[in-house]
Amino acid sequence: MTAASDLAPSYDLVVIGGGPAGLAAASLAARAGVSTVLFDENPGVGGQIYRAITTTPVADRAVLGEDYWAGAELASEAKASGALIVNGATVWSLDPQKIVGVSIAGKARMIEAKHVIIATGSQERPFPIPGWTLPGVMTAGGAQTALKAQGLVPSGRTVMAGTGPLLWLLAAQTLRAGGRIDAILDTTPWRNWLQALVHLPDFALSPYFAKGLALLREVKAKVPVHRIDRVGAVGKEKLSEVVFASGGRERRLPADLLLLHQGVVPNVNLANAAGVEHVWNDRQLCFVPVLDADFGSSVPGIAVTGDGAGIAGGTAAAERGRIAAIAAVRALRPEATLPDTQAIRQKLQREEMGRAFLDWLNRPAESFRQPEGETLACRCEEVTAKQVRDMARIGCEGPNQMKAFLRCGMGPCQGRLCGLTVTELIAAERKMTPAEVGYYRLRPPVKPITLAELASLPISEAERKAVER
Amino acid sequence: MARTADVVIIGGGIHGCSTALHLALRGLKPILIEKDYAGRHASGVNAGGVRQLARDLLEIPLSIASMELWERIEELVGDDCGFSSHGTVLIAESDEELAGFRERVDDLHLRGLTHEELIDRAELKRLVPAVSDYCPGGVVSRRDGAADPFRTTQAFRRRAVEEGAEIIEGVTVTGLTRVGSNWRVETSDGAFEAPKVVNAAGAWADRIAAMLGEPVPLTVVAPMLMVTSALAPFIEPVVILRGRKLSFKQRENGTVVIGGGHLATPYRDRNETVIDWNKLALSARTVWELFPAMHEATIVRAWAGIEAYMPDGVPVVGRSSTSEGIFHQFGFSTHGFQLGPATGAVMAELVATGSTNTPIDGLGIERFRP
Repeated sequence: MTAASDLAPSYDLVVIGGGPAGLAAASLAARAGVSTVLFDENPGVGGQIYRAITTTPVADRAVLGEDYWAGAELASEAKASGALIVNGATVWSLDPQKIVGVSIAGKARMIEAKHVIIATGSQERPFPIPGWTLPGVMTAGGAQTALKAQGLVPSGRTVMAGTGPLLWLLAAQTLRAGGRIDAILDTTPWRNWLQALVHLPDFALSPYFAKGLALLREVKAKVPVHRIDRVGAVGKEKLSEVVFASGGRERRLPADLLLLHQGVVPNVNLANAAGVEHVWNDRQLCFVPVLDADFGSSVPGIAVTGDGAGIAGGTAAAERGRIAAIAAVRALRPEATLPDTQAIRQKLQREEMGRAFLDWLNRPAESFRQPEGETLACRCEEVTAKQVRDMARIGCEGPNQMKAFLRCGMGPCQGRLCGLTVTELIAAERKMTPAEVGYYRLRPPVKPITLAELASLPISEAERKAVER
Repeated sequence: MARTADVVIIGGGIHGCSTALHLALRGLKPILIEKDYAGRHASGVNAGGVRQLARDLLEIPLSIASMELWERIEELVGDDCGFSSHGTVLIAESDEELAGFRERVDDLHLRGLTHEELIDRAELKRLVPAVSDYCPGGVVSRRDGAADPFRTTQAFRRRAVEEGAEIIEGVTVTGLTRVGSNWRVETSDGAFEAPKVVNAAGAWADRIAAMLGEPVPLTVVAPMLMVTSALAPFIEPVVILRGRKLSFKQRENGTVVIGGGHLATPYRDRNETVIDWNKLALSARTVWELFPAMHEATIVRAWAGIEAYMPDGVPVVGRSSTSEGIFHQFGFSTHGFQLGPATGAVMAELVATGSTNTPIDGLGIERFRP
């Protein structure tokens, strides 16, 4: 285990995040002779898609599928590349000077980087429905983490609700592992087909087409699927029922577990706090960083790659990581021999083919993104949708003013669970576009650190003298 | 056609908004021009301390007058501004430090100023039970307190508008010229004319002064703050130190705001600041030593607001030394929040009547003339 005190004060390249993008980037750069450190906050590398790839107790390869096991090669390549891979390392700050704040086992360090590749991936889109904070309601991603890392599957009455490929993948993985799913509530609006259809030919050529169809068939053979346009969680102390409706007809299902998922969006927090410029992507309904062809951001020396650059999936993420790494190596060690960029770009293009179809088809309906009434928008500070809407109506123009008025986004999650909701609610009430409304200005630390960790930062002799009593 | 007003105020911090309100209360028609939105910078993101304690003699009259307004803030602006009054305690970390504090308090008492009161170890422990045992005493100002800065600035803004002020946000002042008996204020959204102009532009005020041929040695600073997740209530007063940099207070929601003047790097042209974690680590160590109960607290956010610091650490309040009809109200040097209510009242009085009953001697811009 690498300790904070083992770290050098500076590295040529700091890669943040050990998913496919980060692993591929760190491997390539280290092999090209660049001093590289990869910080990953989990106990093992893999990110979410290949979570626990080196340690998972799920031995039957069929359960998680061959696409999962493809991660093992990336992990072993990275290990052999000469990059220093540090797990259990939480990066909590990054500034435009490329100073990286990182904590390992309760000890913090500020590390200087010449170049930074942010590969912090995606997060699940907030899914604010009535009752979503009840115990017994969790995200599909959370359930997948439990499956991959601990081999745990739901055993009580389980309902899944939402849209997007991950929902179906988790359903299949859960069923293969012997888990229970009583019903799937599909929230994909029918009218999405109108925009998706023109992209079907591209999608039909992508590797996801056949896999996707097989997955749907596998799940639908075992679980009843209902198309719905409204869903809520009901219960006193914890979830007891899922209420849903389609075209006005309301139904109830008793349940112990409700798994929610409506797609993933880039995890923008670190890049945003580092001052990277972002724009609204209307197809993916989220903010994405403004990037050049090599995934370089508006802040010189900081690249954002993988799904953090806009959702494209795990295999595309690895190629994107390689492209970002090649640009880093060119800047840091121009004499190094590099792989053929053109070939990587072509691979990436193939991987990204069909993305438009998936994006348009799985666009969550407005009613699932823009809650009403007493439904919580911000879980940390318990701010309701109505409060946000009312405040927007009386003149609050942006998410940063909203923070000051209602404290939404000021809790420990740093807006991860409410940021998009608040932007969209303000846009809806003020008849503006989310692009015009903008997003929270995020403040470091982007992950909470303890006072003790902060106090553990080494203090220079000069500073020590200045504060001696 | 330029829009006209009785007074144009440049800058929508607590000072500009307070001046706008007090001018409107006097029946004048002010227009306030703010380049971002009211309370975007220091006024909205400061530590919220409402403190008379440990102030420079020159600003004590303004501070005392402000305290009177803070104590009836709801009556003034229609919102309690989150103001609560549990005192400010300046903690001495050694006997020598306490001796120095005693001299200061004795001197104030000789001048008839009694808001600062020396306290011994027992009274310190009573007021701040969580403090480490090594501290021998301190000074308390019992009427002091804390408020919510953004809410306060917005409350002044709102009430000013209700009383007839016009507040224009997202508009930048680009020029200032004399036209007959008026000042013509050029902006990114057209021109404004008024016989009087108040420069309350905070960290950007030197640029306004420079337009008048009146350069000031203003430093742009960004004092850092950090806040913890909510803890069980354990401290009521605001605590400050002198030797080491610290200000410390627990808000009603349980979160603890830690500041004290360590500086971030400001970029005023981009409205950005970059946090210096090595210096915040010093604050963390100070808190660690002073309040052992805080060891496991979690830091959830750090930030800094951009503001102006003057070489002598006191603000510029008064008439321009070069230009008839221009008034300055800036440079509050990281402690202007508490002064906002009364300084606005005093400025409005000065603008409207030509003089003020509250002494502002020594705060004029002429002190920086070469």
